[in-house]
Order: sequence, then structure tokens, then C-alpha cells
Amino acid sequence: MKRAFPKTLPAILTAFLALVGWEVMVRLFGVPEFLLPGPLAIGAAFWESRGLLLEHAVPTAAEALLGFIGAAVAGTASGLLINRSGLAERALYPWLVVSQTLPVIALAPILVTWFGYGMLPKVLVVVLFCFFPITVAMVDGLRATDPDLIRLMRSFGASKGRIFYMVEVPGALPFLFGGIRLAVTYCVIGAVVGEWVGSSRGLGFLMIQDKTQFEIPRLFAEIALLSAMGVSLFLLVALVQRLVAPWTLERGR
Amino acid sequence: MKGVRGLTNVRPKLAASGAGIAKGGVRILEGMDLEVEPGSFLALIGPSGAGKSTLLNLFAGLEAPTEGSVEKDGSPLLRPGSVAYMPQSDLLLPWRSVLANVALGLEATGVPKRVARRKALGALEHFGLEEFAKVFPPALSGGMRSRVALLRTTLLGRDTLLLDELFGALDALTRRSLQGWLLGVRAELAATIVLVTHDVDEAILLADRVVALTRRPARVGLDLPVNLPRPRTMDAETTDEFIRLKGRLLEALGAAG
Repeated sequence: MKRAFPKTLPAILTAFLALVGWEVMVRLFGVPEFLLPGPLAIGAAFWESRGLLLEHAVPTAAEALLGFIGAAVAGTASGLLINRSGLAERALYPWLVVSQTLPVIALAPILVTWFGYGMLPKVLVVVLFCFFPITVAMVDGLRATDPDLIRLMRSFGASKGRIFYMVEVPGALPFLFGGIRLAVTYCVIGAVVGEWVGSSRGLGFLMIQDKTQFEIPRLFAEIALLSAMGVSLFLLVALVQRLVAPWTLERGR
Repeated sequence: MKGVRGLTNVRPKLAASGAGIAKGGVRILEGMDLEVEPGSFLALIGPSGAGKSTLLNLFAGLEAPTEGSVEKDGSPLLRPGSVAYMPQSDLLLPWRSVLANVALGLEATGVPKRVARRKALGALEHFGLEEFAKVFPPALSGGMRSRVALLRTTLLGRDTLLLDELFGALDALTRRSLQGWLLGVRAELAATIVLVTHDVDEAILLADRVVALTRRPARVGLDLPVNLPRPRTMDAETTDEFIRLKGRLLEALGAAG
């Protein structure tokens, strides 16, 4: 407990200095607020509109979280399928790679046309953003099983099924969590992109409005809020990893 | 000439006759004849790449010979699962505690988890290692890891134990202490043991019989009975008989190299 504070101190200090420097510069050079508001102005805008921001943060967070969970499930499942079936690998894997070359941002308007202005198209955009790194991580993780370990299990007389769930799946978890941690940083971006394309609520919707109405300090407050949301989700994943598979966090051997 | 040292009235525990294996056109093993008497401790020694580990894999049923035959108790070894086999590295699973690692072999063969864990705890207690039951492998020393891996292998209760360079990855001191430990618990391990090693001293110290293989394709270069009395301790290493045996073995290995 004693060490926790000194460890995070440098990062906090960096942020503090950057904010102070920013505020000083803005005041010193008299930068107009509609170009670049200072941190204090942003903070004030945040406090003033806290009810509105919170109201719009809820759907965005819900889209990001739902999409991320969908991506985690779909990514893990497709990774398992690709590993288990050579046919599935040959039939699906190349197309999964190709699907990643499609710009999801360009697909978003099509999804809105198909599924309307509700939550579904945003959740789908998040899934498209997030699931590929998870699939690849799962496939790589299962493939990375130590062949000696499989031989050991065979020498015990273990069936293929037991080898799979006793050794291959748990062995893939460090890879899977690597993919999930990468994916979770995309999910807020996915939700905002989905909202930009067509929505009537959410922080992405609010951003578009504030931009056209020159509510620049609040626009910055929204960006800060989105960032905080992403960091929280990342920490949540780290917490889940610590609870589910603490051994994946240990260094070396 | 077949069945070197095989007593005519005792069926060998393990037998290779004319066994050979070729991988990708390379002959790793050719015309290998070797019998292992039940209840004996055999050490296999030889230059790197002589095919010692390959021979062990054949006896483990992990690989099938492409020529000749490999038998256990007189019937061909067709699949793994009838002998206990311990590979070169300990391969402890980092997500399993020591207790769960020791139980792994039993669980892998379908023994219910609770039964397997209870047996594993019994084995740990028997060898005085119960205080490590809840520890996870990254926190163990190299010597302790080897002990845990050996317990995992012996818990299967199979009558034959194949050890591939058992202490190969350990430093010299840890290795000596484990050799002493192994001598002490020899009687409680499986009846028949085959050990692959690079270490001449280790081979003579632990085994009843040392077989030196020649360079690839491997053949039996020297078949040396070790008649040091049992129970043995590390002190056996300083006896005249030990030194005489070591001389013969080194000479044979020198000729092989």
C-alpha cells in the first residue's frame, strides 16, 4: 500500500504540469476559447453541463460495453472454431483478414441505413472494430501450445478433448487477454464513430452538435469524458484478468 | 545375439527388437535390440543425437517404429498411456498449484478431480512436500520443480517409468542433492525405470545396468552391469568398483565419439 502512491506519482505529476503549462500558454497568448480553451474553462464547461454530459454518456458507454462483450464472445468463439477445424480455418481465416481491410468507418452509414438510428448499428460498429484482434489472439494462443506439453499429456493417455481443455485453452489465455486489452481501447472509438454517422443521443451526437454551435470547451469536456471511459474499461479488463487468470500477469519463469 | 542380457525364463518388461525409425528420410534409429528386465533400473547413455530420446519415445508409445517392433510385457506398444514418461523439461503448468500439477496425470486419464487431488496430497505428504501444495510453480526452485514433476509422473502408478534427462536442466549441486534423494526413494518408485542421461556418474550411481549407445544410427556399444550394492548412497561414487566402471564406460563413449 505504501508503494502505490510513489509509483503513480510521476504520471500524475506529468499530467499536472502539462495542464498548468496549457493554462498558462492559453492565457499568456490570449488564445480565443473557440480555438483552444484552457483546462479551467473545460472544467467549468464540464461542471455546467454535467447533467447533460452524463445523460449522453450512458448510451455511449452501453454501446461500447455491449459491442465489446459481443466482440469478446464472437472473437473467442471464432478463434476456437478456426483452431478446431482445418476446414473452418481455410474457409474463414482469409476472409477475416480481408474484412479488416474494409474501412469500418465507411461501413457505418450502411449499417445505419439497415438498422436505423437505434443502438444496434453502433453496437455492430464496435463489434467490427474489436473482434479481429481477439480472434487472432485466440488463434495464435492455441497454436502456441508447447508441443512437449501435448506429448506429455499423450503419454498420460489423455484424450484429444482433455488435452484441449486442460492444456491448450488455459495456455491460450495470456494471448487472449493481450488481444482483449488491445480491443477494449477501440470500443469507445467504435461507439463514437457509430454515433457520428447517425444518432439522436450519445456523446458522439453531442460532439457534432457542440462543434456546429461552437461550444468548444464542452467539446473538449466530451473528449476527456470519452478518454476516461476508455481508461475505465481498460482497468476493468485488467481487473477481470487478475481475478480470472492471475498467473497470466506474472513475469517470466 | 538378439535379446542381449535377456534372461531366457523372464519375460522382459520392455523389449525393442530390430526397431528402427526414419524421419524425413533420416534414419534416427536402426536395428535396435534392447531388453529391459522387470524391476531393473537401466541407464541409457550416449552422444547427443544418438537417438536415446527417440528410443524412450518408442518405449512410451509416443512414436511407432517404422521397422521392427517394440513390446511391453510381450505385447506390441501401439499407443501411449501404459508407461509413465517424464520429458526433459518439467512442463509444470503455471495456472495449476503444485497439488493440481501433481494431480494432472490422473486427471488427464479421467480420474475425478477430487480423487486425483486427494491422491496427489497423499503423495506430497509421503515425500514431505505438503507445505508446497498450494504454491504455484513460478515460486518454486529448479530442484523443487523437478521433484513435483517426478511426483506427477509416479502418481500414475504405472509399473514402468521412463525418465528423459531427468535432472538435465539443473545446476550441479541441486542435481547431486536430487540424485541422493532419488536413490533414497528408488524403492518407492515404479518397479522398472529407464533413464536417459548424458552424465556418466549419474548413470552408474543410479542404475543397475548402463547401456552406452554408439553414434547414429545408434546401436548398443557397451552393456555394463552395475553391481554396486543397494541401498546405495552418494558415497558409492568413491568406491574402487565405481571408478572401474566409470573407466570402462568412458572408454566405450570415447570410442563412440
